[in-house]
Amino acid sequence: MTARTMFDKVWSAHEVVAETRDTPAVLYIDLHLIHEVTSPQAFSMLRSANLKVRRADRTLATLDHSTPTRSEQVFGRVPIKLDAAARQVRQLEENAAEFSVELFGLRDARRGIVHVIGPEQGATQPGMTIVCGDSHTSTHGAFGALAFGIGSTEVGHVFASQCLLQRKPKTFAVDVDGRLPRGVTAKDLILAVIGQIGVAGGTGHVLEYRGATIAALSMEERMTVCNMSIEAGARAGMIAPDETTFAYLSGRQRAPRGGAWEKALAAWRALPSDAGAKFDAAARIDAATLAPMITYGTNPGMVLPVGEAIPASCGNPAYDQALAYMGFHGGERLLGKPINVVFIGSCTNGRLEDLQAAARILKGRKVASGVQLLIVPGSQEVKRQAEAEGLADVFKAAGGEWRESGCSMCLGMNGDTVAAGAYAVSTSNRNFEGRQGVGARTLLASPYTAAASAVAGRIADPREML
Amino acid sequence: MEPIKTIQSRTVVMPASNIDTDQIIPARFLTVTVRDGLGKALFADWRYAADGSANADFILNRPAAAGCSVLVAGHNFGCGSSREHAPWALLDYGFRAVVSTAIADIFTNNALKNGLLPVVVDAATHRWLIDHPGAEVSIDLQTSRLHLPNGVAASFPVEAFARHCLLNGLDEQGFLMRHLAQIERFENSRDK
Repeated sequence: MTARTMFDKVWSAHEVVAETRDTPAVLYIDLHLIHEVTSPQAFSMLRSANLKVRRADRTLATLDHSTPTRSEQVFGRVPIKLDAAARQVRQLEENAAEFSVELFGLRDARRGIVHVIGPEQGATQPGMTIVCGDSHTSTHGAFGALAFGIGSTEVGHVFASQCLLQRKPKTFAVDVDGRLPRGVTAKDLILAVIGQIGVAGGTGHVLEYRGATIAALSMEERMTVCNMSIEAGARAGMIAPDETTFAYLSGRQRAPRGGAWEKALAAWRALPSDAGAKFDAAARIDAATLAPMITYGTNPGMVLPVGEAIPASCGNPAYDQALAYMGFHGGERLLGKPINVVFIGSCTNGRLEDLQAAARILKGRKVASGVQLLIVPGSQEVKRQAEAEGLADVFKAAGGEWRESGCSMCLGMNGDTVAAGAYAVSTSNRNFEGRQGVGARTLLASPYTAAASAVAGRIADPREML
Repeated sequence: MEPIKTIQSRTVVMPASNIDTDQIIPARFLTVTVRDGLGKALFADWRYAADGSANADFILNRPAAAGCSVLVAGHNFGCGSSREHAPWALLDYGFRAVVSTAIADIFTNNALKNGLLPVVVDAATHRWLIDHPGAEVSIDLQTSRLHLPNGVAASFPVEAFARHCLLNGLDEQGFLMRHLAQIERFENSRDK
């Protein structure tokens, strides 16, 4: 038999009908995650066609995108400040009730960012197909699942049929070897990958991250890597499941138990790409050569090691426009430039290990005066754990704001925004113009770099504080 | 959905590469629960000044852009989020096709499901279009060719099934729902 990639195995196990020249494949979806922003129109479609959610048991809803992070608004002591957001929250509550979909509601202890709660609950499992009306669904690929973002029409398709019409993407192997140096994280690694292959480099492909460096990463680090696959244009990112994966899943709420666990394990162990499997494209990174990375422009591919100078203008108007937006010049160094805001959180870096990393820097230090530090846990569970470990106390003692879980300042639609012209070092995933607020200037970096910059009040190299 | 056969229009040119979905429609406009009326939010942060007035320098605010339904954009148009609000906003504004050398995957899927045609052409054709803003072009979906006014035609790829649906005004969901019996058999065979 020919050697197959992990992607091939997962894909073919979910083909209800294979693709032909004239028609796409009918692909079965194991888990459909939904949230308040991209589901309302899909529920409306169901209603107008008089359809049900065909497999409510494979559907899980949460509130994260437009949901406020201020405790008093979440817990109802004061109303949600943004009317439109309040309407969306209410609408998802009503839709979930009407269509019998399980919802982690506003005050549910299990609520959180959709890509944090899936793994946390053990709902995300190897070999699954997982979709969500959100591009960062690629996060779940860290478990050896095929997970990708879809639009609202496709959310409706999954509601109605539990399937999607899909053309088979190509495969792309990203081999990473070498030990990550001290102070260099999974976030720095994925930013370096995007810098190397480019923001359209993965278009039409599913990336598989492989090699000794990837195998040595924790599940949370793997999620950070897979999360940003979409920022390289890729359809999805995957990492082969292994003992680290199984140890993470074992005992979680929705993970299989007993005999079912043993049976699942046997299937999961057969998932990794076969030796000699052919990929359509490949790239290679030496992790040992990496430094903490930071973006300087308006897409995640405009990234450099924190100590290096911004590349000189090459006469490309888009490049010049990006630098003008950021208020930077070619040839300048970022290190030492003053900043206004630091955001630690998001589906990229809002899990417990990310908060532990931030606390390592912030412990016994103070946020520089005039700098706002916002720390938003990825889920209510992460919040509880961080509080139990004393991390929240470290953040508060340093002068940071500690909030309820949600997407928060990653995308400026829930009341948490960065002011026009202000510089924000952010652990999120997109530095697009206006992403964190109209006119906001975003610099993407790791939790270490973000925390170190909060203390310095300037863009800082975290290795000096570790 | 209305069938699409040909689209004939002058072009609007936005040459920047990597125009992302946050530019097409910023997240703060996504707090809606309907899909209509998003055209006013299209490119909002480039189109309007802080006080809400039209930014005269922006291409869509120039008289020449009026009535154009073909947008020519730089490489990797539509990168970023999965928001279908992006093609909804472009369509509501009046665009029927986007031409580039690369268009992001999720944006392409979303566009095709709503009757906005993603047209990926070769670099030479794209260069010509960038250099000739306002050119009258004709896009023929039946032959999958874009015709320039100088007589040159460039072919572009369209996924066969999406093309069939667009040409005939069909909804992809109808096709999917005709497979329900097979989907059920698939589920039953897996549960064994």
